[in-house]
Amino acid sequence: MQELIRKIIGDAALQVGKVRLDVPALVENGNAVPLMVSVESPMTEKDHVKAIHIINEKNPQPHVISVKLGPRAGRAALSTRIKLKDSQQLTAIAETSDGSFWSGTADVIVTLAACVEDRP
Amino acid sequence: MPRTLIKVPATTKRGEIIEIKTLISHPMESGFRVGPNGAPIPRDIITLFTCTYNGEEIFRAELSPAIAANPFLSFFTIARDSGTLAFHWSGDNGFAATETAAITVE
Repeated sequence: MQELIRKIIGDAALQVGKVRLDVPALVENGNAVPLMVSVESPMTEKDHVKAIHIINEKNPQPHVISVKLGPRAGRAALSTRIKLKDSQQLTAIAETSDGSFWSGTADVIVTLAACVEDRP
Repeated sequence: MPRTLIKVPATTKRGEIIEIKTLISHPMESGFRVGPNGAPIPRDIITLFTCTYNGEEIFRAELSPAIAANPFLSFFTIARDSGTLAFHWSGDNGFAATETAAITVE
């Protein structure tokens, strides 16, 4: 996970704030967990969010999704549904047009994990 | 052809921020599960989603196996001109799907 964060942000510092990650605190089924990320940004030509990355701690692969957007988006927000193998912390990283990185985290408790159920 | 579901407001005002919701039927097999005989089930996922607005790319997402089956994505854009929104998904085993939606900006 740390390795992937390093790969995304390079040598830049990762600051906490601006990013809001909404995930239900208690999830019954890890196969489809609704997730919403929003980043505080005016989304103008000068000051906008360039990319949003979502990273998990305990799935077999740390990467969840990376999106690219621009001032054209109007609002830096995204919703999707993800799989979670275990109770863990999720991190969202936003890259802004001035080259800084902001992050937000959310803790999730998963009662029925994804990946463990094999095909009958 | 996979089933897709797109939700875009049919008409909107110029400059309005609109939400676009997309859903596509796909198993998103992670490649980490095993089948009945203990053999691993090979990975089969959608890896890339793009959305263009009158030819201009407004949104691009790189997906990992951690995205749930039947990937749902919702995002925003500013409605500038009437035209078409084109959605494209591509992934493992040569998977490719395209869908379009028309939008009228008043």
